[in-house]
Amino acid sequence: MTVFLQYLANGLTMGSVYAIIALGYTMVYGIAKMLNFAHGDVIMIGAYVSFVVTSYLGLPAIVSVLAAAAVCTALGILIEGLAYKPLRQAGPLAVLITAIGVSYFLQNAAQLIWGATPKNFTSIVSFQVPEALRAYNVSAVGIVTVAACLIIMAGLMWFTGKTKMGKAMRACSEDKAAAQLMGINVNRTISMTFAIGSALAAIAGVLLCSYSPVLQPTTGSMPGIKAFTAAVFGGIGSIPGAFVGGILLGIIEAMAQAYISTSLANSIVFGVLIVVLLVKPAGLFGKYVPEKV
Amino acid sequence: MSMMKCMQNTRARRDLITYALVIAAFAVVCLLQANRMIPRMIAGQLVPICSYVVMALSLNLVVGVAGDLSLGHAGFMSVGAYTGIVAAMSLTEVVPDDGLRLVIAVIVGAASAALAGFVIGIPVLRLSGDYLAIVTLAFGEIIKEIVTCLIVGVDERGLHVLFNLTGSLSAGDLNLSEGGVAIIKGAQGASGVEVISTFVAGFLLVMVALVVVLNLVRSRTGRAIMAVRDNRIAAESVGISTTKYRMIAFVVSAALAGAAGALFGNGFSQLSATKFDFNTSILILVFVVLGGLGNMRGSIVAAVALTILPEALRQFSDYRMLVYAVVLILVMIVSNNDTVKGAVGRLKARFVSHGKEVGTDA
Repeated sequence: MTVFLQYLANGLTMGSVYAIIALGYTMVYGIAKMLNFAHGDVIMIGAYVSFVVTSYLGLPAIVSVLAAAAVCTALGILIEGLAYKPLRQAGPLAVLITAIGVSYFLQNAAQLIWGATPKNFTSIVSFQVPEALRAYNVSAVGIVTVAACLIIMAGLMWFTGKTKMGKAMRACSEDKAAAQLMGINVNRTISMTFAIGSALAAIAGVLLCSYSPVLQPTTGSMPGIKAFTAAVFGGIGSIPGAFVGGILLGIIEAMAQAYISTSLANSIVFGVLIVVLLVKPAGLFGKYVPEKV
Repeated sequence: MSMMKCMQNTRARRDLITYALVIAAFAVVCLLQANRMIPRMIAGQLVPICSYVVMALSLNLVVGVAGDLSLGHAGFMSVGAYTGIVAAMSLTEVVPDDGLRLVIAVIVGAASAALAGFVIGIPVLRLSGDYLAIVTLAFGEIIKEIVTCLIVGVDERGLHVLFNLTGSLSAGDLNLSEGGVAIIKGAQGASGVEVISTFVAGFLLVMVALVVVLNLVRSRTGRAIMAVRDNRIAAESVGISTTKYRMIAFVVSAALAGAAGALFGNGFSQLSATKFDFNTSILILVFVVLGGLGNMRGSIVAAVALTILPEALRQFSDYRMLVYAVVLILVMIVSNNDTVKGAVGRLKARFVSHGKEVGTDA
């Protein structure tokens, strides 16, 4: 039982990281309708920024998180403006390839700046976990990650549901032309979405590297892909869906690693995704829109 | 009637130009090779370039002609590569001729990839759009991990296969007899492969792939596949079975990818198990999109140009992949942005006075 709970704790931590990334992914997908393959690399940049601020400049952890979020927000807006905005009218594949180009660019830029050798990331949280919890492998990072994930999800629900900007985002994701006719500045709304998504990616990057401390230029790609899977799993475009999808994915992965096979863990995660999509083609929380003639 | 005839003629002419270009390129490379004018870096890339060209043609069939975005195409290449290697290695004694053995390896690779394509196609083709893309990505990753778990060896008693689920087994557990060789060693991949792929074989495979793809596209089946792509509901309502025709495109494409994989795999003495990962799938997709969806000639040119480009960018040393990324983004923006396209179009109109035919498929 203890062993099971330990694996569950690991799964929840990783799942919360996936959920935070998936939340950013789902917002961007909802509005831009594009698979943003560069999202995973924004995570990596966020982690590097945090690493630089704490290890080179010696500033406190909270400053490093803020710095990472600020840099990634700027980066997100920049990427959207330079690479994606010129392709607003183009087909989805053109945007997809551009996103891949951006992803290559970020990875190689990171390699030029920080080198290919992995950096050892020091965790940003360092408080003592009560003895009773430690027996179940609950770490300080784990607690912070799960809490951050819950706060971010609640914040996003409030933001998209209640604020003017959030409502504008939902309107743009329904129908851009109609939103524009209603006086919504579509370009600004899309930039804003990229800014929020990238800030979330930065936070996820810092938490991811606090949990598994190896930081290298390719750190972000696999979590990025898995978080996208999580977003699809939960129903892409849905905020609670991304949250549930992320957590479930983390738990399934941890259990597969523990009880079936370490080397096949990803296959099992993807296998579950395939089954879910076959049974519910729009994901767990997505709404299925039948095609009209 | 005459209109139809005219269209058929221009298409046939375009196909002929494509064949002629490939043959001419082959002749030029052979000529350069005979005079030792090809840099070593590129000479080593000739077989991979042929494999990538076949991969690009095959992926273009799924993405461009059938309209299904596949992000796991390297998975089929992987199936073809490893079955092709196993076939070639286990037949070393029965079939001493390298060329014949390569042909068998390519056929085995194509057949097993086609089978994998059929099995994967059943669930995948129930979906469409981005969901289909993510499921093909998932299958690509699954194939990669399964290959990582495989241990295969051969001796005079036949093939020995182990599935390394716990990660504790090694090639020693195959219990091979003295003359046996381990071919695939789990995460290390295949090693000690006898290199039998040649540039000539690669060229022939490219020609075969081109004949298959171009003839399929021009046939009744090909028109049905494109009808499904352009409007699924309309196609269904005139009695075209959407699943059947998408499946035909998917399986043919998987078979070609398997053949390309077998050629690729038998061209290196060492092949790591993670060679055919998501990045390889994406690389092939970049060829297809850059070359133009449904445009086979474009796919060939893009595959060749983008494989040589990183080699040609060596003078930028550390910056070459950065330059590659920037080139990729710029090309996508220039070829897809309406403002830029309009400007280029006006320039063209000024220089070319007589209207030329503008076709998307070649």
